Amino acid sequence: MRVLSIAKRLIKQLRGDKRSIALIFVAPVFVMYLLSAILTSATTTPNIDVISAPDAYVERLQSLANVNKAFSEEIALKNLNDKNIDAYIIFNGIKPTITLEGADPSITSLVMNTLNKLSTNSTMQKPEINFLHGSMDMGAFDSMAPILMGFFIFFFVFLIAGVAFLRERISGTLDRILATPLKRWEIVLGYFLGFGLFVSIQTIILQVFSIYGLNVPMVGSFWAVLVINLVLASGSLALGTLLSAFARNEFQLFQFIPIVIVPQIMFSGIFDLRNSPAFAKILSKIFPMTYGAEALRDIMLRGKSLIDVKYDLLMLIGYALLFLMLNTLALKKYRRA
Amino acid sequence: MSVENVIEIEHFKQQFGKFVVLENINLSVKKGEILGLLGPSGSGKTTLIKAIVGMSEPSSGSVTVLQTKMPSLYVVSKIGYMAQSDALYEDLNAYDNILFFASLYGMKGKPAKKRADEVLALVLLKDEGKKLIKNFSGGMKRRLSLAIALVHKPEILILDEPTVGIDPVLRLQFWREFERLKKEGVTIIITTHVMDEAEHCDRLALIREGGIIAIGTPQELKEKSGENTVEGAFLYYGKEGEVKSI
Repeated sequence: MRVLSIAKRLIKQLRGDKRSIALIFVAPVFVMYLLSAILTSATTTPNIDVISAPDAYVERLQSLANVNKAFSEEIALKNLNDKNIDAYIIFNGIKPTITLEGADPSITSLVMNTLNKLSTNSTMQKPEINFLHGSMDMGAFDSMAPILMGFFIFFFVFLIAGVAFLRERISGTLDRILATPLKRWEIVLGYFLGFGLFVSIQTIILQVFSIYGLNVPMVGSFWAVLVINLVLASGSLALGTLLSAFARNEFQLFQFIPIVIVPQIMFSGIFDLRNSPAFAKILSKIFPMTYGAEALRDIMLRGKSLIDVKYDLLMLIGYALLFLMLNTLALKKYRRA
Repeated sequence: MSVENVIEIEHFKQQFGKFVVLENINLSVKKGEILGLLGPSGSGKTTLIKAIVGMSEPSSGSVTVLQTKMPSLYVVSKIGYMAQSDALYEDLNAYDNILFFASLYGMKGKPAKKRADEVLALVLLKDEGKKLIKNFSGGMKRRLSLAIALVHKPEILILDEPTVGIDPVLRLQFWREFERLKKEGVTIIITTHVMDEAEHCDRLALIREGGIIAIGTPQELKEKSGENTVEGAFLYYGKEGEVKSI
């Protein structure tokens, strides 16, 4: 069967291209690792200078922050300016005055949280806090990991598939194979299957690394996540080959990235869109990545099953089929029949 | 329409947007004939060839190959095509390139491998089969392209400037092969810039300014124009600027 001939040829070609294989398999893992390192290593204890304060206060503060004694406000101010500390406290009678650096909201809220804990201590009964999903220890990376994993699969598959199909065109071999009885859909499907193999391996590697290597929270089924990832990758594979039909060279293909790929991550739910303008919400409904992100979050963080996310799954499959069909049509540019 | 004619082109016109490349082309090619298409670059030789191979559809008029109106995927399998630029997979070896194209024509297994060996030997690349194409010279790539065009034993061979960039010795070998195929009944259409090559063709069609300005055997063209060479005839007809058929 000719579909398989094309798939086999692609596999043979790519097997000889060690660098591309390295990019396919290693790059997503590398980027995912970097992001996890950045997002989980956020400092948990603020550095605070105390100029004058009751001893009891300082003692309690020391259990929550790195406290240093400063002799004057000038010294504390200089430390704050040099970013050696995050805040300083000066007591005016019994009322503390706190000065923060303030340029980084995450540090600001860290300091504020610490000081709030200090003031609500002991007097009140601590509330008991329950989580429907997730936990108190869940960090920014943990909640984003499912989306990031899906996105990197989407992005790298898009790149590789797009460039590979472009090469077929630029080298003239697309024209050449269209001068054989090969049907257009056979090319599209052949590419889909040939790259599908590498994409599947890539997906499994990244998923195993994220779940077991980076220990992202995972309460759902490994296989359900794999199904979503593979369907998401299929859509990206089809999109990459489709868009490469509209690019004359690699440079033009890369120009699609800021238009087609970057917005996908922005609107996929990684940022809360509740208060964003209507157009943003509509955009997020258009991008396939949104459905992938939602399904991955539901399964990994909320322990839902494939049945629960069937709507997202169907949308993803629909997108993949749509892109494949459009791709077959786009090839009409190269041969009418 | 004569049954003898394997290719029949009638009132063919091809335009891209508003730009008319070829107009009012009428041409028929007999079985076992070697037809040369001569013309300056940009005259539309490749455009005509792409219509015969079924890659494009004429804007008007018709192209009939083996009694079937093109484009037809069925007839495409009877045509061997060698494109102007070598369309080969650089990161595969010669053998795999041939086997891949063979599989597109539905050939597989032992027969396909046997045929691959045959065509490799035919173009004197028997010992280079396992070499990657990126390590091939220009002439070797041309030879492999010819081997691929021959792999499915086509009845019609369409060669777009097959001898560009190859040395005279190799060119001679190519032409010997073409003559041999002709004896087997293969019909060959060949485009060329090389005028002494044109002498080997049974008939020549001179393409210029969007039309066929003259057609006939090399001898006829020379006699009619009173020139001693095909090159002279070509220049003569170019000056006249009107279509004459012999």
